Amino acid sequence: MGNQSYETSGTSGLWGWINARFPLDKMLKEHVTEYYAPKNINSWYLFGALSLFVLVLQLITGIFLTMSYKPSATEAFASVEYIMRDVQWGWLIRYLHSTGASAFFIVVYLHMFRGLLYGSYRAPRELIWIFGMLIYLALMAEAFMGYLLPWGNMSYWGAQVIVSLFGTIPVIGDSLAEWIKGDYFISDITLNRFFALHVAAIPLLLVFLVVAHILALHEVGSGNPDGVEIKKYKDANGVPLDGMKFHPYCTVEDILAVAVFLLLFCGVVFFAPTFGGMFLESPNFEIANPMVTPPHIAPVWYFTPFYAMLRAVPSFAGTQIWGVLVMFGAIVVLFFLPWLDRSPVKSIRYKPWQSKVMLALFAVSFVVLAYCGMKPPSGLFLALSRIFTFLYFVFFLGMPWWSRIGTFKPVPDRVTHNAH
Amino acid sequence: MLTDRFLPALAAAVLLAQPLTAAADSEGMSLPHAGNDIRSHASLQRGARNFMNYCSGCHSAQFVRYNRIGTDLGIGEQELTKNLMFTSGHSFDTIKNSMRADDARKWFGTVPPDLSLMARARGPDYLYAFLRGFYLDPSRPTGANNAVMPGTAMPYITSELQGTQRAVMRPAAESDSGVAEIEKLEQVTSGAMSTEQYEEFARDTVNFLEYIGEPVQVQRRDMGVWVTLFLLVFAGLAFMLKREYFRDIR
Repeated sequence: MGNQSYETSGTSGLWGWINARFPLDKMLKEHVTEYYAPKNINSWYLFGALSLFVLVLQLITGIFLTMSYKPSATEAFASVEYIMRDVQWGWLIRYLHSTGASAFFIVVYLHMFRGLLYGSYRAPRELIWIFGMLIYLALMAEAFMGYLLPWGNMSYWGAQVIVSLFGTIPVIGDSLAEWIKGDYFISDITLNRFFALHVAAIPLLLVFLVVAHILALHEVGSGNPDGVEIKKYKDANGVPLDGMKFHPYCTVEDILAVAVFLLLFCGVVFFAPTFGGMFLESPNFEIANPMVTPPHIAPVWYFTPFYAMLRAVPSFAGTQIWGVLVMFGAIVVLFFLPWLDRSPVKSIRYKPWQSKVMLALFAVSFVVLAYCGMKPPSGLFLALSRIFTFLYFVFFLGMPWWSRIGTFKPVPDRVTHNAH
Repeated sequence: MLTDRFLPALAAAVLLAQPLTAAADSEGMSLPHAGNDIRSHASLQRGARNFMNYCSGCHSAQFVRYNRIGTDLGIGEQELTKNLMFTSGHSFDTIKNSMRADDARKWFGTVPPDLSLMARARGPDYLYAFLRGFYLDPSRPTGANNAVMPGTAMPYITSELQGTQRAVMRPAAESDSGVAEIEKLEQVTSGAMSTEQYEEFARDTVNFLEYIGEPVQVQRRDMGVWVTLFLLVFAGLAFMLKREYFRDIR
């Protein structure tokens, strides 16, 4: 089948009728059956497909939740319990969605770390990285707004804290925070607009950005752990010598990845859906109460690295804006990664120990910050937050310098691959 | 069941290198384990009886339906309406109470909280400690206080069963926190139950509260075992399929 040309497979019957009017066959070939991925890609390259899988899972479970959820301050909390108790399979759909939110960040963080390991953002893939970062931003907005919807007490106070960050901006801050809330405090109005954005606006944006991300990827071709371009060596038919067809090779690999992912994922969904208070926090089993703050307000784990940075910076000159700037700066700096990295090679495999130490330091910083963000901001945790916030920025802002130093190993001309 | 323990642990280890926050540690205290068994119908039925007799007069469980309890705990419709439903209404109703919010505020200064999700919000260990934690305190309007929830508005309704207790204080100079704290609770008068009987009473009640917090939980875990087995087979087949295809890749 694979050797049939466009003409022979696309002109007869219904298939031909469609293809005379719509480039279905052409698109399938371009993106699936005749898209060539490097044959040396490893397990780190599975998290893109897994992110897509979780996106679809969230869209489908989200649609079913919307059928029973009521976006109203008086009914939201009860409607979630209605889903958990009275709606057929409602509990499963809800746990899939709530666990899916955390799973989404886990696979996206691993996907992004793959980019750091193998220099996936380097030329000519800068735009893929930019689209990816926009997806990450949209995902954070999506998660933040979704978290308000159950209208639990942590939903309420978490939203209160995050919206108040915008209030620290000089001059326009207060009006901006009010504009976001649509009220003087988090209210029914806020809940309604967050619902609209969570179920319509941001999912649309996410899907659009994912399409752009994949189109950009397929335009330049996938990277690989050696950081060499497979398009350099092609056979007489123009097929990359070190490539393998996306279908069936990447697809069977992705099926296996999904199976392993689901084993872990369903382990959480069926045996520990609250994940010890990390995926569903205990104060969120009490209804939103503007009069009572939870004993310890912390965002869900995927925001805690940035939350730790926010709290690490003391306020001075009469404003708390500095912490907010540092926190947003930590995300903005990621956009510039393709231009901060001056290493002569893409992949960690051929980088010197200096680069490896820096990457390890970054990974440690991120995990330590995530942990500190869950703890009260005092004593040891505050000190650690400050040290690792500093190191986080050293990694990025020092990159133009440290990425060039050391002795680099020679990069092979073609991919290194052992058949197994 | 093996998978009950093994899978969350595995998932925890693989997904995140973060320690789980200690269960039922809502106030930073370490509390003795409630030790309730969510699979014991006998205990849950006793807990339902305790709840209906001692809690439901003031507390609602507005998300919990009577007939769901009947189905899950193996209590027949007639038995349910006769022995557990003290309000008029249908077996498909949720557990409301007849105390008006205004009256509650007048009598207790607050409205008794709904108990549907209390076990999920506070944890079973906390509730177990709460039910055993009342002691005499003349400074309180109700004449009683609670060791795990200081200043509680709830009266000492358990004294009838448990008897009364008093707090033995550790002076500020000897405590770690620098303020006087409760060292232990001491029995003053005895109630209708022995200490062991009352602990059993509290454990059954907490068990029932944990059950109503998430009525599907036992079913969920049982289903999870089958889902896991299916996924293991599926992953095995997916692995063999992948290996077969990758023979082509040299």
